[in-house]
Amino acid sequence: MDWKGRDVVSIRDFSKDDIEFVSKVAERLEEELNERGSLDYARGKILATLFFEPSTRTRLSFESAMHRLGGSVIGFSSASSTSVKKGESLADTIKTVEQYSDVIVIRHPMEGAARLAAEVAEVPVINAGDGSNQHPTQTLLDLYTIKKTFGKIDGITIGLLGDLKYGRTVHSLAEALAFYDVKLYLISPELLRMPRHIVDELREKGVKVYETTDLEGAIPELDVLYVTRIQRERFPDEEEYLKVKGSYQVNLEVLKNAKETLKVMHPLPRVDEIHPDVDKTEHALYFRQVFSGVPVRMALLGLTLGVL
Amino acid sequence: MPESLKIEVIPEGTVIDHIPAGKWLKVIEILGLTEPNGGTLLIASNVPSKKLGRKDIVKVEGRYLSEEEVNKIALIAPMATVNIVKDYKIIEKFNVEIPDEITGILKCPNPNCVSNHEYVTSRFHVESREPLKLRCHYCERTIEGEDIIGSL
Repeated sequence: MDWKGRDVVSIRDFSKDDIEFVSKVAERLEEELNERGSLDYARGKILATLFFEPSTRTRLSFESAMHRLGGSVIGFSSASSTSVKKGESLADTIKTVEQYSDVIVIRHPMEGAARLAAEVAEVPVINAGDGSNQHPTQTLLDLYTIKKTFGKIDGITIGLLGDLKYGRTVHSLAEALAFYDVKLYLISPELLRMPRHIVDELREKGVKVYETTDLEGAIPELDVLYVTRIQRERFPDEEEYLKVKGSYQVNLEVLKNAKETLKVMHPLPRVDEIHPDVDKTEHALYFRQVFSGVPVRMALLGLTLGVL
Repeated sequence: MPESLKIEVIPEGTVIDHIPAGKWLKVIEILGLTEPNGGTLLIASNVPSKKLGRKDIVKVEGRYLSEEEVNKIALIAPMATVNIVKDYKIIEKFNVEIPDEITGILKCPNPNCVSNHEYVTSRFHVESREPLKLRCHYCERTIEGEDIIGSL
């Protein structure tokens, strides 16, 4: 696969080989970073980060990745400071920004915005989240973290917990896990169940899927518990949010029945769904997961720029 | 209803046969024939059919269908056959076919899909034909059944 100029829009565009290739490149870059501190593969290249919706950590992670590759970054972190406010179309914004940059990272509140941007732009476009649809780089870093921790992905049992209805990270992750021989526990309040079409698709692909509301019942089975925040901002109705707010909290009590080797992951930010006491245990993997974002995004930037 | 009456009643135009019973209205909506526009429009509804049990037939005088129109009809009447009539004779007969990709016909039912906000042509990939399941090229949501008809 020629990666130069390739867009990273949806995990659905990736094969298992693609995922493993990104993981290998990220691992190599992580080792090089440890040895040399910073690299210069992308010297002279410019990344434009177009964040039409706020996201501190994803934006900083991409910016850090580009700086660590020796490149530079331009961009904005909210649509209110751009010509979009004057009524400019997304296509025109992209056509303008590509004149200033070699690669574009976009976060947008509308589903499909990254696909549209990729069709319009000549330079590669990387999706940093489009509405409640996809967040492919988060998925790649999640898989990378699991692989680094367990040495494999096949054969493990993963629980996805929380907002499985609106959470794009769990949608992409579940779709990517379908490439592997895994068992999936989908643990959520009834109101926030994984969309039916995704569950059906997972089953069609042979993934063993169990849907439950019972975290404590499922936890002894799990190797990974992937926790998500119940995202107030995605609810069309505040009352619906209040019904499910605080449904689950992962704390030391809940983890008593877990395997010693269970790892807790979270795309962050968290609110109250993981108690801070968990941070000090061997179960906590979420900060290591944040770190994985840098080598994985370095790999994607370097590959799509054609400098790796 | 005798076969000859079904196809020979219009001198020139198109006969759309094997429409599922009750769907004739949707077909004429798709073809923009809900208002009189020149030729005769004949509708037969709930006609006995060996293939479908009951079917509708729509006959449009003086009008031939574009590929886009045929594709639209395929979405609601995948078993439909199209007969092109000239001088009271069928000069061409074909089955409608659902293409691999459907562009510019359906509106994505997801209100937050970028295709409903930006200047783009809607695009859907056919995930399965039986039952019909489409995936929006942009927001990646799938639509099936009545949602497809409602999005036409």
